[in-house]
Amino acid sequence: MYVATKGGERAIGAAHAWLAEERRGDPATPALTVAQIREQMTLAVARVMAEGALYDPDLAALALKQARGDAVEAAFLIRAYRTTLPRLGASLALDTAAMACDRRISAIFKDLPGGQTLGPTFDYTHRLLDFALAAEDAPPPPAAPEAPPASSPAPRAAAILDREGVLQPEPEGADTPPDLTRAPLELPADRALRLQALARGDEGFLLALAYSSQRGYGRNHPFVGELRVGAAAVEVEIPELGFAVAIGEVALTECETINQFAGSTTEPAQFTRGYGLVLGCNERKAISMALVDRALRARELGEADADAPAQDEEFVLSHCDNVQASGFLEHIKLPHHVDFQAELELVRRLRAEATAAQAAASSEAAG
Amino acid sequence: MTHGLTGGFAAPAVEAAATFRAVLQAMARPGRIERVRGAAPPPPCSPAAGAVLLTLVDADTPLHLAGRHDGEALRAWARFHTGAPLVGPGEAAFALGEWAALGPLDAYRQGTPEHPDRSATLIVETARLAPAGARLTGPGVRDVAALSLPEIAAFARNAARFPLGLDFILTAGDRLAALPRSARVEAG
Amino acid sequence: MTPDDADYTFAYLDEATKRMIRRAVLKAVAIPGYQTPFASREMPMPYGWGTGGVQLTAACLTPDDVLKVIDQGADDTTNAVSIRAFFAKVAGVATTESTREATIIQTRHRIPETPLTEDQIMVFQVPIPEPLRFLEPRETETRRMHALADYGLMQVRLYEDVARHGAVTLAYAYPVRVAGRYVMDPSPIPRFDNPKLDRSPALMLFGAGREQRIYALPPWTRVESLDFEDHPFEASKPDRPCALCGAEDSYLDEVIVDDAGGRMFVCSDTDHCANRRAAGAQASAP
Repeated sequence: MYVATKGGERAIGAAHAWLAEERRGDPATPALTVAQIREQMTLAVARVMAEGALYDPDLAALALKQARGDAVEAAFLIRAYRTTLPRLGASLALDTAAMACDRRISAIFKDLPGGQTLGPTFDYTHRLLDFALAAEDAPPPPAAPEAPPASSPAPRAAAILDREGVLQPEPEGADTPPDLTRAPLELPADRALRLQALARGDEGFLLALAYSSQRGYGRNHPFVGELRVGAAAVEVEIPELGFAVAIGEVALTECETINQFAGSTTEPAQFTRGYGLVLGCNERKAISMALVDRALRARELGEADADAPAQDEEFVLSHCDNVQASGFLEHIKLPHHVDFQAELELVRRLRAEATAAQAAASSEAAG
Repeated sequence: MTHGLTGGFAAPAVEAAATFRAVLQAMARPGRIERVRGAAPPPPCSPAAGAVLLTLVDADTPLHLAGRHDGEALRAWARFHTGAPLVGPGEAAFALGEWAALGPLDAYRQGTPEHPDRSATLIVETARLAPAGARLTGPGVRDVAALSLPEIAAFARNAARFPLGLDFILTAGDRLAALPRSARVEAG
Repeated sequence: MTPDDADYTFAYLDEATKRMIRRAVLKAVAIPGYQTPFASREMPMPYGWGTGGVQLTAACLTPDDVLKVIDQGADDTTNAVSIRAFFAKVAGVATTESTREATIIQTRHRIPETPLTEDQIMVFQVPIPEPLRFLEPRETETRRMHALADYGLMQVRLYEDVARHGAVTLAYAYPVRVAGRYVMDPSPIPRFDNPKLDRSPALMLFGAGREQRIYALPPWTRVESLDFEDHPFEASKPDRPCALCGAEDSYLDEVIVDDAGGRMFVCSDTDHCANRRAAGAQASAP
């Protein structure tokens, strides 16, 4: 006698216990500490903070530990936590021109005020596995040579072009920008809203879109005007005090691209720009974001045939969030047997009708 | 002078939940009268209207106080308990007052064809609320319902704009009813 | 750093979020069938697992409610178990498997067989709220179509079906027209369940978390499944009775019982089936 399956609750409990075991791995191996992840898996932590849209390296490290290293799952944990936090206020706009840069490069000038700072980059490492790192108790690396303190501040490269008038100006927005986390996304979206969505968007998705625009699907000839990685102060206006107070600093990666833009008969030619800003150190994402930002400006800049995927605002903004995307993608593994049954019955009926019709037709032909 | 600090919900999560359910039932079933509790706003605001404010209104929803309701005591109370910006009818998400003071209805946001939800909700203070008077039909009504409305024509005109239009919560003492724009209104 | 349960308010969501959802619900009720945008929050379960329904339930629950959660018609499917446990924990509400006892029923893909009452609220989990989405992927376009009540594209699509197959071939998520105005996706319920939407005594709320939309059917609202005069809508009918309780009018799951093509058909609504059997009903011997 068939008995309908029972025991969903027990199955879930057992699955969670097994998951906890798998997460821990071989108990003979020492457990990872959150501090180890935070200090030694910094780029994974940065990605989780950016896509989780919450600046908290400790929580991001914890989320990575809990998620068995799955960055998308960890970002989801952070988002679900973030959404329970009260929103106490908004900071002043970050002054990234004044940020303390660990790395600052410009691809468009050989040298510029503030200098080029290579910083801790993979760029010129030879990608050879370093087997010395496999040693359990390898000594810490020798201290890197200290650069002399910067002799001059590092203004944005774009500001130099701005002064010459060859770069399209971006007037400062007066309005408080909309907040993607407090109002449903509405299309068409303005640039502030697009940038918010991209900043928390999936790195892989932005990378692929940016790459497609480089290869000709909405090509716009980007130069990396400047890429900077470092820390910027976060300031909050305290109404009771009447002035702004620095409440801490956040690690950031900022990329500004300079892009070609043919002028028209009425407007002199000017470069345009794309902008990327990401929490933590993530150059790939910041550059990708700048390219996609610029691609999404195609219509506003009057570019013809702006119909490549990276230029399609609704397409990009509707699909860039990996918490949404992976949830919806993976939900198809939940039970769907009611719908499938409905479809199965329909297909059986259509087949039966078609077979009957064929049979009728052939007996008519034979008769 | 009233400071407005008292008269809020003692247990906000639970009392707001109960008030919302009452408003939801009323809005889903035009003509149905519900009782709510927990709010003690300063006069002339009814306890029911006070509970509705505490449940639905906050800093994201500009509030218009009309006529006698636009007094110092209620302004202070509404500001303290909801944080809502107090505005004129044209910007309001919610408005509160007696029927005669709230009009004309054209002054409020009616929604747009793309976003008919972006319209104001009016909380109408009435002296009495009874299942008698105007005849209501439409969604939420099995056959026909009746509700004491301050007038017929304005509500009938509002319904004729569907899907645009205003939605109404009618309050009297600790009781409330509602009239969504989807309800067809005729003289009873 | 780690929140414990006490850090979460009644029904999990903070009060500001509940107010935002509640306002959207009231507008949705006032405009039957219209998809009201709302600022859906991330929930502690993934999008696609019912975050829209969970937010609606959280916004509607009071401590006196009795909550039932079903997935595929059954109370014991894993996601139904998980959501029920969530609300038992964060709202402390009573839960039930009985359709009759429940005051709020959250569902995925089914409407219970037991007739609903005026005192109940149905909360549907919705993956894609836009009935026109499979015809037009752009929200900017479909929003315009709804504004103009321009549903010609849908009629054409359904008519092509009739022309090719002799019938509309949508087996689930069969679109409906609400109170003569908005075309609405009833969520992926089988078309078998569509007639239960029409003039239902219960309030029906639909929540799509990822797509940030809430819509509603007030009680007694006229809900017509789209059709043509010469091809009227027909709900699917079961070909056979339930193999457990013998019900002849209930939606059936097909269960594969062996590797030799053996199968049996049993009620998808487990509460309905169990009640019938408790009352002495059984399948007649084959």
